[in-house]
Amino acid sequence: MSTASYDKKEQAAHHFKDLNQQHDAGKEGVWLFMATEIMMFGGLFVGYFIYRFMFPDTYMAGGDSLNWYLGAFNTLVLLLSSFTMAQAVTETMKGNNQKAYKLIVVTTLCAFAFMVVKYFEYTAKIDHGLFPGFDMWNAQSAIEYANNHLRSDAGFTLALPAAGETLGAGQVDGSSLKLFFVLYFCMTGLHGLHITIGIGLMFWLMKRLKNNEFGPKYYTAVEGVGLYWHIVDVIWIFLFPLMYLI
Amino acid sequence: MGAHGGNYINCEKGLWSWLTTIDHKRIALMYFIAIMFFFLVGGLFAILLRLELFTPEPLFMDGDMYNRAMTLHGSIMVFMVIIPGVPALLGNFALPLMIGAKDVAFPKINLASWYCLMIGAIIAFLSLFWGGVDTGWTFYTPYSSKSADAVAMVVFGAFVMGFSSILTGLNFIVTIHKLRAPGMTMMRLPLFVWSLYATAIIQVIATPVLGITLLLLTVERVFGVGIFDPAMGGDPVLFQHFFWFYSHPAVYIMIIPAMGIISEIIATFSQKTIFGYKAIAFSSLGIAAVSFIVWGHHMFVSGQSVLAGSIFSVLTMLVGVPTAIKLFNWVATMYKGRVKLDTPMLYAINFLSLFTIGGLTGLFLAAFNIDVHLHDTYFVVAHFHYVMLGGALMGFFGGLFYWFPKMTGKMYNEMLGRVTALMTFVGFNVTFIPQFIMGSQGMPRRYHTYDGVFTPYHVTSTIGSWILAGGFILAIYLLTRAFFKGEACTEKNPWGGTTLEWTVDSPPIHENFTEIPTVTGRPYEYR
Repeated sequence: MSTASYDKKEQAAHHFKDLNQQHDAGKEGVWLFMATEIMMFGGLFVGYFIYRFMFPDTYMAGGDSLNWYLGAFNTLVLLLSSFTMAQAVTETMKGNNQKAYKLIVVTTLCAFAFMVVKYFEYTAKIDHGLFPGFDMWNAQSAIEYANNHLRSDAGFTLALPAAGETLGAGQVDGSSLKLFFVLYFCMTGLHGLHITIGIGLMFWLMKRLKNNEFGPKYYTAVEGVGLYWHIVDVIWIFLFPLMYLI
Repeated sequence: MGAHGGNYINCEKGLWSWLTTIDHKRIALMYFIAIMFFFLVGGLFAILLRLELFTPEPLFMDGDMYNRAMTLHGSIMVFMVIIPGVPALLGNFALPLMIGAKDVAFPKINLASWYCLMIGAIIAFLSLFWGGVDTGWTFYTPYSSKSADAVAMVVFGAFVMGFSSILTGLNFIVTIHKLRAPGMTMMRLPLFVWSLYATAIIQVIATPVLGITLLLLTVERVFGVGIFDPAMGGDPVLFQHFFWFYSHPAVYIMIIPAMGIISEIIATFSQKTIFGYKAIAFSSLGIAAVSFIVWGHHMFVSGQSVLAGSIFSVLTMLVGVPTAIKLFNWVATMYKGRVKLDTPMLYAINFLSLFTIGGLTGLFLAAFNIDVHLHDTYFVVAHFHYVMLGGALMGFFGGLFYWFPKMTGKMYNEMLGRVTALMTFVGFNVTFIPQFIMGSQGMPRRYHTYDGVFTPYHVTSTIGSWILAGGFILAIYLLTRAFFKGEACTEKNPWGGTTLEWTVDSPPIHENFTEIPTVTGRPYEYR
């Protein structure tokens, strides 16, 4: 393989002693950035747990109205992409830029597949009046949708009592269903935004890998994007059971 | 770059070279200009508020205008002045010099943080054209979910400014870990660097939580949903938990680096080895650690359980321990030292006395049962102004006067510098001591009219605010004038400091050191 453009990167940036120091600094920077990501999503997860504790029934109903087949498919897609990403980092460290390039292409395709599935999930929810914002929320149709998808042994149904009306036997006040979908869209939306940013970073890596820019001494960019991709994956690993399964 | 006789200020010319610079010292100067501007605007609102409170009846503002001015004063001072003040301005300038590095670890990200602050500030200021915001700087729900439309803008502006803080903190941690000169072990770091390190940890861990909180509030406003709105089943107290989980550690983002400056100034101007180096260094980390588990003391009367309140009360008092360790060590350093009362040292002494009062009244407020009586009164206002203005800003100005000759190669008028330290000290106490008294008598905060019995206190306080403002304006004038017309100060070490920044030229060259130094001992080895 050609090493012409890799050689140009043998010089560390002006304020570093050598490439080693530059690599260590870059890597630690990415790790710290990951810590901020965890704290940011952490706030959302705390909100999720508090509202789940306050409204256990509607949260169960909300979870049941999501399509867990699609969620599981997306989980597998992301796990596969994490594997190819890790392989890409290993190949870059060995100097196999072209092999790493192909692995990054597979990772990117997985990311696109994830977003396509997410698109169909979102539009289905929006069609049933389950989007909580811009006056698109249709309380009646949302409750109906949730009741239709409720697990058979739930032992209750959601209802929206009008003012002064009391709930019937086996009925639960469903007004907090909206709160479930607010958090569903916020959490998966913010996660989807991270996937999209990840796709952008992949294209950046592809361009640089094509130019043979990386080698055993200079691969921080690939490793950093790799770390980012894994954390996005890990966040989904928590989102999937909390939203779709329990 | 590196031309003969050139320094970082004149090595490149033109506005574009400044706006695209990645030199930490130039970025620090850009923060200098921006923060001084914000400080004057925030201060102007403070003066207007105090003027309005000159009489019990409305003087020239109606209630809405008063609320908007109060919100702007608070938001500007917190998010645009004190939080970026010490770390982003003085830290940016001094940190790489103090550890023997050519720059921070990520110079481009450093520049990006400056732009984050500017963009966030512009977004926040634009809210003025949408009718302003009247929620106070805390944006409490559910009022903030319903009041003026501009809330979403200010909140989003604060969100963007949060990135500035996060990126600065991230940059500093990596710089301190990876870019120290040979021989500069962690136990040889100057104490200002230790304090920036503790601050950076808080910035990186706490600020993202504020980010997501403000983002949720923006979503609530823009999408019209009720995450924190009880009318839709949401929990407004959750907002308070989220908000204070950041904003309590944030007050340590404001005070810890100022404490670091005080350590530098006191050692230098006492010409004596600092007393208890390790104790001071680790107490910064101690404060940072405790800061994360005390947020509930802001919510004693927000429907928190008595048990939780009692636990938060006890934990809060823990903060007093590392803080007192620092104070005693500083006083012990001054004891039998050759104390020189130059301007920076006078500001440091201002800090010591005012911050002690602020810290001790903090213990009153930390006591659960006393707080029930004092909460939301002027006692609280006076307490946090003693800590934030008497502490953080006095330290900040002390640091400005201390590093000014290094930053600019110019010297200010020393006599007038001392006058500003005296004026701010007197003005500050005249402004805020009456607020302690009327607060303990029940004068509630955030009201624009009041009962006639409080008139003498309010009048005294307003007169004090004029002296205080005069002191700060004179200080800023002094520094500005010195920058353009001041006497040249090419001496490398005008104060007799022992840290590395005093071994390089004033002002330093583009890459700080002609040769990276090797460190062989601790700083502050005077005798």
